[in-house]
Amino acid sequence: MAVQPDKVGYLVTEKLVKRFDDALAVDEVSLSIAQGEIFALLGSSGCGKSTLLRMLAGFESPTSGRILLGGQDVAKLAPYNRPINMMFQSYALFPHLNIWENVAFGLKREGLPKDEIKQRTGEMLDLVQLGAYAQRKPHQLSGGQQQRVALARSLAKRPKLLLLDEPLGALDKKLREQTQFELVNIIEKVGVTCVMVTHDQEEAMTMASRIAVMSKGSVLQVGTPEEVYEHPSNRFVADFIGNVNVFEGRLSVDEVDRCAAITGIGEIHIGHGVSGTLNMPVGIAVRPEKIEISKTRPAVDVNLFTGKVKEIAYFGSYNTFIVLASDGTRVKITEANTSRQELSDITWEDDVYFWWGDRAGVLLRD
Amino acid sequence: MPQTTLSMPGRRFVIGVPYGWLLLFFLLPFLILLYISFVDMGNDINPFKPIWDSGTGLLKLKYENYWSIFRNPDGGVLFQTLYIEAYLRSIWYALCTAVLCLLIGYPFAYFIARSKPSVRPALLMMVMLPFWTSFLLRVYAWKGILADQGVVNQLLMASGLTTEPVQLLYTNVSMLVGMTYVYLPFMVLPLYANLVKMDFRLLEAAYDLGTSPWKAFWLITVPLSRAGIVAGFMLVFIPSVGEFVIPSLLGGPENIMIGRVVWDEMFTSNNWPRASALAVVMIGLIVIPLALYYRYTGESAESRD
Repeated sequence: MAVQPDKVGYLVTEKLVKRFDDALAVDEVSLSIAQGEIFALLGSSGCGKSTLLRMLAGFESPTSGRILLGGQDVAKLAPYNRPINMMFQSYALFPHLNIWENVAFGLKREGLPKDEIKQRTGEMLDLVQLGAYAQRKPHQLSGGQQQRVALARSLAKRPKLLLLDEPLGALDKKLREQTQFELVNIIEKVGVTCVMVTHDQEEAMTMASRIAVMSKGSVLQVGTPEEVYEHPSNRFVADFIGNVNVFEGRLSVDEVDRCAAITGIGEIHIGHGVSGTLNMPVGIAVRPEKIEISKTRPAVDVNLFTGKVKEIAYFGSYNTFIVLASDGTRVKITEANTSRQELSDITWEDDVYFWWGDRAGVLLRD
Repeated sequence: MPQTTLSMPGRRFVIGVPYGWLLLFFLLPFLILLYISFVDMGNDINPFKPIWDSGTGLLKLKYENYWSIFRNPDGGVLFQTLYIEAYLRSIWYALCTAVLCLLIGYPFAYFIARSKPSVRPALLMMVMLPFWTSFLLRVYAWKGILADQGVVNQLLMASGLTTEPVQLLYTNVSMLVGMTYVYLPFMVLPLYANLVKMDFRLLEAAYDLGTSPWKAFWLITVPLSRAGIVAGFMLVFIPSVGEFVIPSLLGGPENIMIGRVVWDEMFTSNNWPRASALAVVMIGLIVIPLALYYRYTGESAESRD
């Protein structure tokens, strides 16, 4: 889903800070999220993403900064006065109420007429295809069904903003893949603006239209899944999103449309410019799947290196090789298993060539 | 089926111990009580006389021991006896005690359950601390506090609210104060055990769905702690009904509780069968509604856990 630039700014955080005693949990986070967007906060545990989400929900009050939703500052509002609803990580379904009562809970608090509560609760249960389970108690449902109840309950009040806290965290792997598409479908059908928190980069990339990568309370990069993956702005992002080889070196060529760096394995060429000074320390990030590997010398001369195969791991859909380059650098290379037995000629201790195009590498400055 | 590490006789032994205990120290004494309650002592005041005819071997129960509880021997209106009055009074004050304990104990337990895990043992210790001194000593202490020249009256007079001492001791007030004080831990502990397990995120979810904290307490916390409330209520109510010492020491002379009546029948009138019948009826009054309650709620409670 493409983000319309003119719509950016439905949910805005302005220099949001949260300090617990001496620890800075969220450090001047400024984000601008469009209406109808699914936005992911991605980071490892303790990076501040959950605290940020809890501030949006109202469970934590910001130390400083503002939260604007549709132009209204909601930072001072109590959670029960915000037009924001959250789907909790463990779902937090009320165990003493049945599914119907759980979903209708928020509507009843609004004091809506009985007919409307009945109609909207019914709609929500139909939306998540649990109409037949209305009279059951939460513990009588499977994990996936409980998750859908939690979603229905958080959508029932038609919030302006939906928060998802590790939405798939409590499901097993097989169910997760199926559920993430289902979840996105429902959210897009409803058209609600959504902020989700996850530590799983795959989950963030498949579900979100944009991702904010967080570390130590700060947002390091905001972009579409493709931008964040293909053009990480720094080492942390490159390393956190997917697998990556980072070659340390010094800038040796710096032109408008290309640059190069001398690294341990040799000179690496990159097909984009960089505004820096010669000899400055840089890192070059290359994704394992962008590196080719062969026992015979290919017809290229740029970014071509040699090494010895040290480890091979078979993952079914792809193989991973760890190649020891001439200077001792360990290089990770993955090749897709497109046809049977294609790569079987490469084995342990083989001398191999490995290379990549000049557009594969990304120069990292910090 | 989980792996069994105990052999069958071993398992039977482990399960059998509590059953044996109940059999020996609860069921057997109760059966003896039941037996005595049907004995016709005659003139030789022997409460262990046989309850069958020595000639025919047929049961010869003295129902009169029970009838006289409900109707005076010289006639009169059914249920208008001193015994029934004492029962109702005991149940009423036990209910008051249980309600007072609940009102005081719930915030207590809630506060402990919500406090930092590191301070909880210390707070629980403070709830149980009174058990370390003699029960009688603590009840006597209340005499000193509530007496005409006691602490409370001294304070009242010093503050000018009253010039004469207010009669506190030997009233229903002093009795309820004493009962509530003594039984409070029995309310706090089961409530705490229940509340400490509650998932705090459920309250957050309720706030998130537009519920104010006060409303969330009634809609989420209270229903989820129902098992603790019931357990605490029963633990306070049941022994309160038959409470003998506190009403005797702190209560007024005009309000006789059933515990006192049983005592008097047993040791003053030496009428063991009557005392036994009174005790059996009391057990019935408590156990039957309890059993019905658990039967009624048991199924839903089972499906929840």
